[in-house]
This record gives sequence, C-alpha cells and structure tokens, in this order.
Amino acid sequence: MTLSKHIANHIRDIPRSGIRDFFEIVQSMKDVISLGIGEPDFHTPWRIREAAIYSLERGHTGYTSNLGLPRLRECITEYVAKHFAVQYDPKTEVIVTVGVSEAIDLALRALLNPGDEVLYHEPCYVSYSPSVVMAHGIPIAVPTHAADNFRMTAEELARHITPKSKVLMMNFPCNPTGATQTREELEKIAKLCVEHDLVVLTDEIYSELTYDGASHFSIAALPGMRERCVFLHGFSKAFAMTGFRIGYACAPAPLTEAMMKVHQYAILCANTMAQDAAIEALESGENDVQMMRKEYEARRNFIVRSLNDMGLPCFKPHGAFYVFPEIRSTGMTSREFSLGLLEQKQVACVPGPAFGPSGEGHIRCSYATSLDKIKIAMERMAEFVAENRRK
Amino acid sequence: MDKILPLLRANARTSVTDLAKSANLTEAEVIARIAKLEADGVVLGYHTVVDPKKVSKEQVSAVIEVKLTPEREGGFDKTAERISRFPEVQSCYLMSGGYDLLVVVEGTTLHEVAGFVSEKLSTLKGVISTATHFRLKTYKENGIELNKEAGPQRLAVAP
Repeated sequence: MTLSKHIANHIRDIPRSGIRDFFEIVQSMKDVISLGIGEPDFHTPWRIREAAIYSLERGHTGYTSNLGLPRLRECITEYVAKHFAVQYDPKTEVIVTVGVSEAIDLALRALLNPGDEVLYHEPCYVSYSPSVVMAHGIPIAVPTHAADNFRMTAEELARHITPKSKVLMMNFPCNPTGATQTREELEKIAKLCVEHDLVVLTDEIYSELTYDGASHFSIAALPGMRERCVFLHGFSKAFAMTGFRIGYACAPAPLTEAMMKVHQYAILCANTMAQDAAIEALESGENDVQMMRKEYEARRNFIVRSLNDMGLPCFKPHGAFYVFPEIRSTGMTSREFSLGLLEQKQVACVPGPAFGPSGEGHIRCSYATSLDKIKIAMERMAEFVAENRRK
Repeated sequence: MDKILPLLRANARTSVTDLAKSANLTEAEVIARIAKLEADGVVLGYHTVVDPKKVSKEQVSAVIEVKLTPEREGGFDKTAERISRFPEVQSCYLMSGGYDLLVVVEGTTLHEVAGFVSEKLSTLKGVISTATHFRLKTYKENGIELNKEAGPQRLAVAP
C-alpha cells in the first residue's frame, strides 16, 4: 500500500520547515554556538518551578475545566487588564491553551470556512502560513520591509485585502525581526479592519520584552477593536516557561465558546501542573521578568552594535529577543551565509527565508544566549564576513 | 540608577569595550561614569567571590550575634564602628530582633576566631553578650550558587 497517496492533499503540500532542515545539520556538528534558538536561555524562575512541584505533591493531577483553572483565568484577566488595558470576563472570555500555538489553531479553526483568506505580515513566525492551510484557509502574506524596520504598514496591508479576506494575524513584537508597531500605525490598521470587517488575531507573546522604555501597546485596546480581536498570549517567553506549554486566548464570549468546542474535543484541557505554575508566574513572577528583560536589553545593544560594526546593517529592534541583520553586502544568499558560517566558524543562525520568502537577504540571530557566547559568536561572524565578502 | 551598575555588579571584570556595547555608550562615557560611581561612593570596591573550601582548608568563618547597650549619644553606632575596624570583621550589620549586631568574622583557625570573640569583642565596653555560630558548609556565596544548575536543555535550533 502506498501510504503517501492517503495523506490529505492540504497537508502533503505543506513544505518541510526550513528550520527543521537546518536543525538537523547543526545537530550533527560539535562545539557550535547557536544563535538559532527561539526560546529563553534562562531557567524557569525557581518559585514557578517550585509551584509546579507543589502542585504534583498536592495531587493536582486530574483534568481541569475545559477553559482552564478558574483562579488562573482570573489572574489572566487581571494581568491583561493591568498591562494591556483590555477587560475580559474570566468566566466566558478566556481559554487556557497548550501554548499560543494551540490558541492560534483554535482561533483559525473556529473562524475559517474553506477558501477564506487570512492576512499576516511576513517575515513571521514559521507556523502562521501552515496553520492557516491546516484550517483550510488561504494564507496571504503582507510583506514588511527593512526600510520600515519591519513594521507592517496599513498601506501594504490595504493592497492585499480582497472580498475574501476574513482574518488578520499579527505578532508584534515580532519573531523573527524584533519589530514593534507604533500606536499610530495600529490605529490605521484597526480602521482597515473595521472597514473590511476583519477579525484580528493578535499574538503578543513577546510583549513583556520591549526595550528603550518603549511600552507595548495592544491593538485590542483601541476603541471598537476588542469586539473583533482575539488576544493571544502565553508564558513561554516572558517567564521562560516554554516546556510548560501554557498560553491563552481572550476573545468575546461567542468566539471563545466556538474555540472551546475545538479545544474540548481535541485537547480537553491544558496540563494541570503547568496551570498551577502559571498562577504563580502571574502572582509573583514580575520581578523575574524585569531581571530577564534587562539582561536581554544589554545583549541586544551588544549584538546590534557588533553586527553593524562588521558591515551587516541591522536596525535596533525594540522587542522580542531577535535581530534580523541584512547580509546582502556579502554577495551570499541567506542560506549560503548561514551554511558557510556554520561550517567555517561553528556559529548557527537561521536563514531569513525560513520565515517566509521576504526574509531573503537576512538572517535571524537570537540573543537568548549568554553574553559570553554572543561575544565569541560575534567575533567569529566578523571573521567570516571579512574572509568571505565577495569582491 | 546608572545603567553601567547592573552590568558591573554581574561581572566587575567586564571590559570597557564590552560595557560600552552593552550599555549603548561610548568607551569614554563608560570610563567617566565608572569614575563618577567610584567618586560618589556608589561603587565601594571590586571583589573576587571565591569558594573558600578550594582556597585553603585553614579558613574559618563565623557569624556572631552581639547584644549591646546603646549609648546616650550615638546609639549603637560608636560601638558598631569600633567593632567594624577590626580586620577580622568582614561584615557588620545592625539588626532588628533578638540581638543588635550581626558580625561576620573570618580567621585561619577556630582558635583564632574564638580568641577574637573572647578577648576583643566580648570585652568591649557596651557589649552585653555574644553568641558565635561557625560556618560548616557553603551553598551560596554572594548570590552565586556553588553547585550551580546546568543551563536549561534546549534544542540546537528552534523556531
């Protein structure tokens, strides 16, 4: 039997992840300094891990409500109100998910009919286009540009809206570019969303990690936007809890109810111990977040200056823990650059096109790695650029 | 707070070049800021945190709870400053609670520390009583865990 012909067409047609290819090469090598890691290099703060241990000791090993522990939902709505200025009802407008990834899947499956178009900025997180395809939607990439510091502009968005457009997905601060949006630009985008009746999925997973005193602003907080926004957030980045797999979606009750239908049959509920740990994170983890944020900021300053000094233009991003320098001056493609750097200097970064075709000419460097390692990586990268720059 | 300070507190040996990159300043600005922090008495010194066990077996450390009679003028300060001037005293704090001063003393032998307490410290005017506790094992020193956990296990490349 040839199983491949049994694979669903829309799944078979999803290309293999560029990151996975690269990961396999990196894994086969020794002594690599990796700037290719999209997760914090901090341990989960001890008080949060301790809360997970205590949860297990108390025997919190059963299912929770489909929507998540009531206390956690209360903590989430308080946190979102305090930091994002958007009010949600913990009883009907919050759903605790297995990471933001699940929340994106729930929202898309709850919203899309086959053939509906989903707009998203590109470069973007690797899952956006495949998630849309898996929900039988049509992904429509809105390119963002180095000249705009990779902000999504309302003008570019407007050019891609069609009568079939239904959803806009956004992730600011952005993985892989570190870009953030200004309130003015968000207002223009929000106006378009109202005009064209778009639902906005706003993935704000990096919102705590903003620098230079820039305060994060959510599109959901703009007048008239709460009713058409799904606010997505989680614990992985700010609280260094990637492996706990806890995220959440906040949305008006009818939409939360629709997402809940998918969640209850596909997942039932998020991990109970991880939910207990998440309560601890929201109740007492803010100092830990600030400590990590300061450390990331110092590393960002270091890496941005080092890259520009070696002749790789790189804007100073205000958020997340990524920089997205341009490598065109070397005459190499993103993939040639990344492979060469890995083979000659044992430094791993991710080629820009892994985040969509408009990432060509760039690489993503994560600074979620100790400053000591970043220093060595930058020295090696400078050597690589000097030795390989095509005349 | 000067943004150089947390970087120096994390690693006082960070070079001026690296401090400049991390704090987004020029090297001249970094040098000037450090000089000011020192001149203003914000930075009191630069020390090396060592694992005492690995330096010498002959090192003894004790914390001593000291009860004092406060003086009419100056309260505890005069006696506390007098105690602080002994080179054996590494740290000296005025405490709330059941005793007044917490004094950290280091010496090469148990006898030396005991001698310091019985001959110098407890005979001072104003000292009512002392209680000496010797350190047996160090788990954390100045914010540094001696048995540090390995870094988190991460994939070599992740989205």
